[in-house]
Amino acid sequence: MPLYFDDDQTMLADTAGQFMAEEGSIKNQLRHWRDRQCKDGFGHALWRQFAEMGFTGMLVDEDDGGLGMGQVEANIVLEEIGRNLTPSPFLSSSVLAATALKHGSNDVKGRWLPDLISGEKVYGVAIDEGRKHRPERIACKAEKSGNGFKLSGKKDFVVYGASSEMIVVAARTSGSDSDKDGVTLFAVPQDASGMSHDSVRLVDSSMASHVTFDGVELDGDAVIGEVDGGRQVLDAMLVAGRVGSAAEGVGVARGAMDMTVDYIKQRKQFGKIIGEFQALQHRAAHLYSEVEIARAVTVKAAQLVDGGSEKADLMASVAKAKVAKVAGLAVREGVQMHGGIGMTDEYDIGLYMKRDRALQEFLGDQYYHAGRVAEMSGY
Amino acid sequence: MSDSDLEAFRAETRAWLEANCPPEMREPIRDEEDVYWGGRNATFKSEAQKAWFEAARDKGYTVPAWPKEYGGAGLSPAQAKVLREEMAAIGARPPLSSFGIWMLGPALLHFGTEGQKQRFLNEIARGEIRWCQGYSEPGSGSDLVSLQTFGEDKGDHWVVNGQKIWTSYADKADWIFCLVRTDKEDKYRGITFMLYDMASEGVSTKPILLISGNSPFCETFFDDVKVPKSYGEDVPAYVGEINRGWDVAKYLLGHEREMISGADGGNTGTIGAALARANGEIDPVLRAELAQFDVDTLAYGAMGEKFLDEIKVGKAHPAQPNMMKYAGTELNKRRHELMMAAGGSHALEWESDETSGGKLSRGWLRTKANSIEGGTSEVMLNVISKRILDLPGA
Repeated sequence: MPLYFDDDQTMLADTAGQFMAEEGSIKNQLRHWRDRQCKDGFGHALWRQFAEMGFTGMLVDEDDGGLGMGQVEANIVLEEIGRNLTPSPFLSSSVLAATALKHGSNDVKGRWLPDLISGEKVYGVAIDEGRKHRPERIACKAEKSGNGFKLSGKKDFVVYGASSEMIVVAARTSGSDSDKDGVTLFAVPQDASGMSHDSVRLVDSSMASHVTFDGVELDGDAVIGEVDGGRQVLDAMLVAGRVGSAAEGVGVARGAMDMTVDYIKQRKQFGKIIGEFQALQHRAAHLYSEVEIARAVTVKAAQLVDGGSEKADLMASVAKAKVAKVAGLAVREGVQMHGGIGMTDEYDIGLYMKRDRALQEFLGDQYYHAGRVAEMSGY
Repeated sequence: MSDSDLEAFRAETRAWLEANCPPEMREPIRDEEDVYWGGRNATFKSEAQKAWFEAARDKGYTVPAWPKEYGGAGLSPAQAKVLREEMAAIGARPPLSSFGIWMLGPALLHFGTEGQKQRFLNEIARGEIRWCQGYSEPGSGSDLVSLQTFGEDKGDHWVVNGQKIWTSYADKADWIFCLVRTDKEDKYRGITFMLYDMASEGVSTKPILLISGNSPFCETFFDDVKVPKSYGEDVPAYVGEINRGWDVAKYLLGHEREMISGADGGNTGTIGAALARANGEIDPVLRAELAQFDVDTLAYGAMGEKFLDEIKVGKAHPAQPNMMKYAGTELNKRRHELMMAAGGSHALEWESDETSGGKLSRGWLRTKANSIEGGTSEVMLNVISKRILDLPGA
């Protein structure tokens, strides 16, 4: 399969690009909700528009009422989200939770998917425990209790957790913290008794929760997939989420780069357009080159996910690590080349820096993923 | 071509390679003699090398994507990709390497007359003539268009005087494709892309000893070299038009940049695992560097694939080869720095049998030219700034 978009994908990119640039723009969404200190961190009206566009259920199988599209298509939407810094639960709800629900029973799908597709409800995922992403270690416990389970423990960095009507929680049902087996995924409804959110605003104005489960009673039908066999589902979620967040990162990098290149074509100092200075030109050209490479490996990783390739996991980490490096470069160069005004809240370039910082951390930063590439390669 | 046809072609190709590529030709290239360049004075290092070259030549696989009438196999881009993949899968060496294949060939396919294609492309495909490239001059490096080697018009021939430098393997080449000034008044439209025999009277070469201790490059001198304007009907001694050789040169530089960038799939492998295996304990900070490198090289590999896919359908930005060349050469330099670091004192050995005569250290030094030859990294960045980012005054 060639590594460029086919006609349908090109059309989707145009549609999503136009939609995000208009409806999802920085002014209409990010700044709008931030300046009102919105507790959700995103707009529900926009989310319903996502549903009308068919984005919310794009990864859901057609038999289950979705569009049955793949990672490549979800990535196209995510790149536009990144480029416009559009705050939305798309990555957590429509990519991560939707991927988990794919592995659920028909009952589980029937209960949760219709509202995900219609945009009525938003779902979250609770994976991390502690400050860094270490999904190999799951300590949060779900003990057998009657016909169901009793969930105890803490989760961190649950993006849009307090606004989510359901959270997919990875918990341990047997074995010890670092065992591969013995993990089970649960769909925990918002009103579950014993679950509490400590919701905090992050640097990029998004919201995330520290979630505490204090003996939360769950029915057996809250289980997604097999009891003790949740690692396989979790791995599928992680690959989809990492490749997806790489795509969003590519969008952030391209957005920051385009804005910066435009700026240095206009700003004058010493009687010259500063973009004439070779010191800036070479840095901009280097950045362009890196962004192109980051984009290519992200498309490659998405195609491998869709093809069910055994290399998908490795390339997901390569993409996540590469994009993190490159998007970081893009926003740092962006602020520096904007000079003093790059430090002001009035200009958007700083918003790219903030979003990049949060996205870097989500599902593993560049150091985690480079280390993972080394491990998977055998050193 | 349908997917099933392509899969049939893959099976056929695999069987053909199995039958025709000897096991020795599937070993990694160790030294210069392992590369077969062809030419009038070529000798084979081994029977296996000879058998592999001849089998590939007869099948058109020295230049698989060229049309059959010019010595190729007429493969479609998709088929050529399958062949590349199948050759890579068994580690098959290129049966024939040459500047004719990489550079003059593409120029002739694009600009050549039918007579030139019939003659020169077939000679290249069959490994009969080894070409070298006369571009750079002592005073014209990055600013190539300032070149001074001059061909004085004498009616049916030119008399060429001047000096080229960095002519790869000029001392072993049979013919040269050479940029010669034919109009001193017009900088860009005063250069002709000439083809002539290195055995002509007045041509001499002098190898340049490099920091690697090797001499792949030469100085090439032209003293009153008589170059006829034609080698027969429809076989002019220049490509394109007289005084319009710069167009050909620019076109070819694109090809050279693709080649040096490793966009053909070479040099994109990971190194961490192999270096850790070969050298025992790896310092944790070096391990981290290796991991970062492996991330970058795998990502660049995807970029190379995307770039080739886009080139096939005309979607690539015309200046994108400059970006590939820049990123690919910088990456390759880093690769060799890390190989030296992981190899420790072993990698320093300059002449030992264990290192095949200092292959590591000489190779490391050789890579320093990657970001100089074929346009420096700085020139690449200038071109990206100007032609892709549309920055002013570059």
